[in-house]
Amino acid sequence: MAAHLSYGRVNLNVLREAVRRELREFLDKCAGSKAIVWDEYLTGPFGLIAQYSLLKEHEVEKMFTLKGSRLPAADVKNIIFVARPRLELMDIIAENVLSEDRRGPARDFHILFVPRRSLLCEQRLKDLGVLGSFIHREEYSLDLIPFDGDLLSMESEGAFKECYLESDQTSLYHAAKGLMTLQALYGTIPQIFGKGECARQVANMMIRMKREFTGSQNSIFPVFDNLLLLDRNVDLLTPLATQLTYEGLIDEIYGIQNSYVKLPPEKFAPKKQGDGGKDLPTEAKKLQLNSAEELYAEIRDKNFNAVGSVLSKKAKVISAAFEERHNAKTVGEIKQFVSQLPHMQAARGSLANHTSIAELIKDVTTSEDFFDKLTVEQEFMSGIDTDKVNSYIEDCIAQKHPLIKVLRIVCLQSVCNSGLKQKVLDYYKREILQTYGYEHILTLYNLEKAGLLKPQTGGRNTYPTVRKTLRLWMDDVNEQNPTDISYVYSGYAPLSVRLAQLLSRPGWRSIEEVLRILPGPHFEERQPLPTGLQKKRQPGENRVTLIFFLGGVTFAEIAALRFLSQLEDGGTEYVIATTKLINGASWIESLMEKPF
Amino acid sequence: MNRTKGDEEEYWNSSKFKAFTFDDEDDELSQLKESKRAVNSLRDFVDDDDDDDDLERVSWSGEPVGRRTRPGSFQSLSDALSDTPAKSYAPELGRPKGEYRDYSNDWSPSDTVRRLRKGKVCSLERFRSLQDKLQLLEEAVSMHDGNVITAVLIFLKRTLSKEILFRELEVRQVALRHLIHFLKEIGDQKLLLDLFRFLDRTEELALTHYREHLNIQDPEKRKEFLKTCIGLPFSAEDSAHIQDHYTLLERQIIIEANDRHLESAGQTEIFRKHPRKASILNMPLVTTLFYSCFYHYTEAEGTFSSPVNLKKTFKIPEKQYVLTALAARAKLRAWHDVDALFTTKNWLGYTKKRAPIGFHRVVEILHKNSAPVQILQEYVNLVEDVDTKLNLATKFRCHDVVIDTCRDLKDRQQLLAYRSKVDKGSAEEEKIDAVLSSSQIRWKN
Repeated sequence: MAAHLSYGRVNLNVLREAVRRELREFLDKCAGSKAIVWDEYLTGPFGLIAQYSLLKEHEVEKMFTLKGSRLPAADVKNIIFVARPRLELMDIIAENVLSEDRRGPARDFHILFVPRRSLLCEQRLKDLGVLGSFIHREEYSLDLIPFDGDLLSMESEGAFKECYLESDQTSLYHAAKGLMTLQALYGTIPQIFGKGECARQVANMMIRMKREFTGSQNSIFPVFDNLLLLDRNVDLLTPLATQLTYEGLIDEIYGIQNSYVKLPPEKFAPKKQGDGGKDLPTEAKKLQLNSAEELYAEIRDKNFNAVGSVLSKKAKVISAAFEERHNAKTVGEIKQFVSQLPHMQAARGSLANHTSIAELIKDVTTSEDFFDKLTVEQEFMSGIDTDKVNSYIEDCIAQKHPLIKVLRIVCLQSVCNSGLKQKVLDYYKREILQTYGYEHILTLYNLEKAGLLKPQTGGRNTYPTVRKTLRLWMDDVNEQNPTDISYVYSGYAPLSVRLAQLLSRPGWRSIEEVLRILPGPHFEERQPLPTGLQKKRQPGENRVTLIFFLGGVTFAEIAALRFLSQLEDGGTEYVIATTKLINGASWIESLMEKPF
Repeated sequence: MNRTKGDEEEYWNSSKFKAFTFDDEDDELSQLKESKRAVNSLRDFVDDDDDDDDLERVSWSGEPVGRRTRPGSFQSLSDALSDTPAKSYAPELGRPKGEYRDYSNDWSPSDTVRRLRKGKVCSLERFRSLQDKLQLLEEAVSMHDGNVITAVLIFLKRTLSKEILFRELEVRQVALRHLIHFLKEIGDQKLLLDLFRFLDRTEELALTHYREHLNIQDPEKRKEFLKTCIGLPFSAEDSAHIQDHYTLLERQIIIEANDRHLESAGQTEIFRKHPRKASILNMPLVTTLFYSCFYHYTEAEGTFSSPVNLKKTFKIPEKQYVLTALAARAKLRAWHDVDALFTTKNWLGYTKKRAPIGFHRVVEILHKNSAPVQILQEYVNLVEDVDTKLNLATKFRCHDVVIDTCRDLKDRQQLLAYRSKVDKGSAEEEKIDAVLSSSQIRWKN
């Protein structure tokens, strides 16, 4: 069992076990020895729910990544393709199958679509003449993957683009399905709140699905009190700002993929005596980051400026613990000490790793450019000089800094000014196209369509109103012992989380005016429960809210929500779900146009 | 906790929980396959914990690993690929049954859509009338299932004329958006363009057409294609950019052919000394300007490859031009050209140094190209703001500038502080000592 998933208020191991079971069932349908051919994108998410040992128990003997031409040789009875329903992958699968057919002894082919079967893909397989080769064509509805005790993600990279550029509802449908699965496991959620167009649609789908499902009553006692559905485009600002929590910065600088991070190896070289600096590792150091690691759980959500002191305190505690050995005199004491050794050594290893990571991050955060960038971001977010060409942005373009970095900060300025003056926008566009290439017209168009980089229309900047009413900018922020969520961005309180906070107390009625300024409808729905399942809350017992970010969520927002969960008089604990874990860079990248 | 299987069946089948044991045959009722499966799977995993614990201790590579405390030793799935130990099992004799097909001719559009949604094979061909087809589409849309909507759209696309399909979708926005997404995915550019034309969505039409150039590798063909984009209904601002894109590639093709020839002939010094690292084709405008300032700086305005010509053709702003030219000439260590770049003559013939980008920027760029101290010093001195000047001078060790500035500021403390940074017994130290001991300066501190 993945223990860290059951530490939270809601035991997410229940979900993990349910999806594991479904996987085993499918594997057992394909009797005999098997090889799995993986769509590479899926190996990360799958790694979170099943380890290789599970597959081996079900006679999986070989695993390959999906590649063109022919499969590597494998003496197995079944070949199972596990793939997302994408046309280009179908072409590769067909190529594999055809070349395998020519090779000799017949195999049984199967295909497992994740998370959904697609008639379009099956049509493509049929056109390529291989559809009949598959004995089992099934879907594996891995909609929501448990990442941590309070975190679920669909890891659907294209969700934001589909929802807000193409207006394609497919990923919303998957979100609704995932929510139905959750309700089947954790009980009907009695109250649904939402803000935004997509939120409205997901709620509609859920209500419809529930109606179709009238054949039976869900008789599980509800674990969640509320569901809050939030459109990412209600808060386009937050992901654009640089996250300043420990986990957020690791993600900003190195990119966390499916809870793993790859780091430059130099800082992790084993420091052994007589090593003489030989054998420096050349391969990236790969670490898994989640609450299973005690120290990480403690520091990940802190502002980076508060991490150093925790690490040094820990270091003292650990060395003191090791010193204890001198005091161990009797056999009993020595035995006692030895029994604690493994735990102490693990703690020391964990501390060493995070000290190295913190050093790597510090190199970046103390650089001149990081400081300059942060200054400009904070000026924009607090409403300074958002309406004219910014010289830092000009410099970045002149020095040809990475395009994504430039776009991110230009978008931030645009969002903090409710769109740029036409002249300013034209100037930036021209500079960008001349420096990075004209083909980026396509990307700029996408950003405009998504509302990230646009001309100001109506001539009114509504951001100051939103900022003041929701107290998005806090001048006195305590990074060490925070009293407000604004610590995650050293001053800026993420809009999305502020909305959640205000919903729980005193309720959205108090901010009707601002809600009307933000895009999309806001609503409330009730899902009636039979009397036997209605919850009688004990005095002092916290409510549990499932908050679903449609279009992505950042680690800094997650940190802010965890901060609220831990407040003594907060009254609400949050479980977070999203279509994808994002940061400003990965988000902008998902909106860039690439060749077909 | 260790309930036996039998007990459990009873538990789940007892009347109180009856609603949760689904019968697999009765699939017309159970719309939510996943939820159903999830619920059913709740049955016995509760007792699973123990043996699962054992499974977890093994990493993807099959090695036993410690749990929780050693996060680094977990390997992801990708690590285990293709190096799994082979093991042979007795072949299984029974062949699993394939999916059964079933047809019925009297399913309503709504039944059909339900079946499609469950992934059942279902023929749509019997829906002949337009009315039936549209009802099918509406049923699919009301289910919100993109997969089914697309399936119905494929059918409609095949069986309806373009005009009727477009007309009907225009009043069905959700289906329309799915069709657009679908056409993009399968790359049916022609139908997509027809659709945008029909809907009068001109800017999207233009951009969609333009987008196709990304897939054309051959430079000549790409150029010809870009030509067809000029005059498409882009926004006014974008129209100019598209025109420039075409003109730029046209230029690059000429320059590339010419320079490749020059380089291979081996007669031109600049190409001999600094062989080209890559072709200039498809590079951005500013990169092209840099290239031109590097290889073709002195050419007359009349040639396509001259920097001045590029500047005029593409209306490159002065700032951008100076910045790029400076970087290129500094890289070649052509300090004379650098000097000329900032020298202006007024009408009386006096020369004056002027930098539209600010001399602090000039200094940074020169430093990045490892200009010698004498050169750096000259430009540091031209920085107007005294604090910036002092900072840059200190950063780049332009001793004379630091010493002179401190002297002018009468800032004895700062000079003393700087003294500790220079080498013992150096000329700088001597100069500082001379200034410090001068009786003519009235120090402010």
